[in-house]
Amino acid sequence: MQKNEIISINSSSDVVLVRQAVRQFAVELAFSLINQTKIVTGASELARNTLEHGGGGTVNIEALDRGTRRGLRLTFEDSGPGIPDIELALKDGFTTGNGLGMGLSGTKRLVNEFEIVSRVGEGTRITITKWK
Amino acid sequence: MERIAILQMGHFLLVTIQVDMHDHLAMTLQDDLTNRISKTSARGVLIDISALEIVDSFIGRILANIAKMSRILDAETVVVGMQPAVAITLVELGLSLKGIRTALNVEKGMALLRSSLGDSQGGSMDGDAEK
Ligand SMILES: Nc1ncnc2c1ncn2[C@@H]1O[C@H](COP(=O)(O)OP(=O)(O)O)[C@@H](O)[C@H]1O
Ligand SMILES: [Mg+2]
Repeated sequence: MQKNEIISINSSSDVVLVRQAVRQFAVELAFSLINQTKIVTGASELARNTLEHGGGGTVNIEALDRGTRRGLRLTFEDSGPGIPDIELALKDGFTTGNGLGMGLSGTKRLVNEFEIVSRVGEGTRITITKWK
Repeated sequence: MERIAILQMGHFLLVTIQVDMHDHLAMTLQDDLTNRISKTSARGVLIDISALEIVDSFIGRILANIAKMSRILDAETVVVGMQPAVAITLVELGLSLKGIRTALNVEKGMALLRSSLGDSQGGSMDGDAEK
């Protein structure tokens, strides 16, 4: 299968494209339906954040094959305003917009690995990994 | 412009979401439904999401908004057909969907709407009120 794919996120239809591409990778990796649903839902949340809070950016979708361990890694990157207080942004219900504030905290619960690197004025990179 | 169809059946409005909706389409549905409820004086709204492969916090918020809005306009909203994997993921995401009535399928959803309308509309609990 294809090992990685980069998709740019500049409109709400790009968010749909990201969901569809992540679904396809998860199906090809033979993820269970539940795990497919979790990683696609997390991808949808982070793609929307990249668009709405980050002013647009990209996602790199990678199929991981570590011998017996297979998984999916998604890296979202933008050069937007950055997140000044990551701990606060990860609180359930915290939002600086008009969302529900459940995207970051909820996605963290849906995946196995979750990493945020963000600098104010420079941008944000969020990496999530779901093992099969 | 792309839109999701709203069907009218007596006092009820029916919506079947069959596409992976982008956010603007979901917002349009919210607006269209609100307008249709007030124009038709509908008493119930049934939204079939059995074809939806995910519900994220945005769609969750839209569904909650529709339910809230319809209640203000004196109509009840029932969301039907959520796939089990979607429901499990929603709980872990942390969305409670409180304030949204749900039913397993269209028949049960219709029965719920009829019963919530009470005797004045000839509704019944068991969903066979086709008279
Ligand atoms: N890519 C990003 N760039 C800048 N800020 C972000 C980014 N992603 C998230 N945030 C910040 O974290 C907050 C919480 O995000 P989230 O949990 O997805 O909630 P919501 O999107 O509903 O506001 C956002 O309101 C925003 O302030
Ligand atoms: Mg968000």
